[in-house]
Amino acid sequence: MREYLGVSPRLGTPMATHEFPRLRHGLGTPRTFAWAALLAMPVAMYFALAFAPREATMGNVQRIFYIHVPAAWVAFLAFFVTFVASGVYLYRRQERWDILAVSSAEIGVLFTSLALVLGSLWAKPVWGAWWTWDPRLITTLFLWMVYVGYLMLRSAIEDPTQQARFAAVFGIVAFVDVPIVYFSIRWWRTIHPVVFTGGGLNLDTRMLVALLVGLAAMTFLYLALLSLRSAIEAVQRRNAVLLQELEEREEA
Amino acid sequence: MKSLSVDIAPISTATTRRPRNASLGKAWALVLKDVRVEMRRREAVANSFVFALIALVIFNIALDLERQRLEALGPGLLWVAFVFAGVLGLGRTFVGEKDRGSLGGILVAPVDRGAVYAARVVSSLLFLLVMEMAILPLFALLFNIPLLHPLILPVVLLGTLGFCAVGTLFSALVASARTREALLPVLLLPVVLPVVVGSVEATALVLQEKPVGELLPWLGLLAAFDAIFLAVGVLLFEFVLEGSDA
Repeated sequence: MREYLGVSPRLGTPMATHEFPRLRHGLGTPRTFAWAALLAMPVAMYFALAFAPREATMGNVQRIFYIHVPAAWVAFLAFFVTFVASGVYLYRRQERWDILAVSSAEIGVLFTSLALVLGSLWAKPVWGAWWTWDPRLITTLFLWMVYVGYLMLRSAIEDPTQQARFAAVFGIVAFVDVPIVYFSIRWWRTIHPVVFTGGGLNLDTRMLVALLVGLAAMTFLYLALLSLRSAIEAVQRRNAVLLQELEEREEA
Repeated sequence: MKSLSVDIAPISTATTRRPRNASLGKAWALVLKDVRVEMRRREAVANSFVFALIALVIFNIALDLERQRLEALGPGLLWVAFVFAGVLGLGRTFVGEKDRGSLGGILVAPVDRGAVYAARVVSSLLFLLVMEMAILPLFALLFNIPLLHPLILPVVLLGTLGFCAVGTLFSALVASARTREALLPVLLLPVVLPVVVGSVEATALVLQEKPVGELLPWLGLLAAFDAIFLAVGVLLFEFVLEGSDA
């Protein structure tokens, strides 16, 4: 089978594996982003664990904040990218936008899970409970459920273009729904007040710096994962096409 | 072949009868078609009604409800029953069309996609409202709470409209998916969360016999959600139907 690929005049010579990330469908520079993330993460850890002062009432556990907030930010950014890519896909019908949408949604689910877990770890010592039904928490959980649904919808539809189209429609509805969910829960909460309040953290300048460094590092990590994930997606799709052509050729 | 001619017949009569607003006439013809199909098969209404009734009985037994807690829990239970029964009712709206091939017939007809969507929202709304209007008095009777207040009607109407606006779009999305019946609630229930929140709160206010002034903000909120979901549905529905006549 491999030799067949090699001599096939229509398919051309097979590409070496390392060339695949530079395919047109890929985001281009996974390596650059990966290096940036690799360098930025230890710096962010230093700022979170050493540079930022110890919080007066919560103590060291508050340092989770410097990863938790960036994780939540990246989750939101990722779903926003999915939303934009879905819209552009429906408008332009270029496959790379669908690749971008699915890759970003997957990473978004990962970071939403991270934000939820880290948030719970922080909430337990500070609030005395793993979870409270606060608007922000409910909205985050909502994000998780909706985008897991997005991935389930994708895997349930076989036809690739239909899958891309339907996922784009769902990706748009889901993101439009995010502010609606947030405000409906907030309005609902004015009637059923929360016992614990999430706010009240007065950020000192050094804390703010540590947070900003964390946000930058996590964004680099997101870009690195996104470019890698979309390169992999592009390769997988190309492989599927090649395999199909091969089967057709063998049948002929 | 016979069923196909039955499906198409009302479309042509409606368009000749109402030349002024062709799109509206076609949408109305589609609603009539859905109602006619439902009258013959009695699937959506009957299934969701029986399901909602069973849910209410299970709630009562599982939660061992007394009068005091019912005032607080009643609206939530009612809407959980409505929403789950609604998912059951909506789940098959496009599956049947697809399996019988009648969706292709509708799409070949010169009807605007937005009109197809609007028609399906209206017919789903009608079916769910029939189910809910049958459940409401039973709920009031079985649980002995004064829910039969005229103000409950706009709450049920607006809540169900928002549910149908998203539900129609999503039931078309899952119609060609492998795990369609299982997928619809997973996609639909989180997205309609705001509608459920608004409906439950408004129902609670009606149950507490609060003045209309306190109810109005929630009704306004529900109307706003409905408007957003309907707008999104009209805009995106054509992408869902695209290529499905092939």
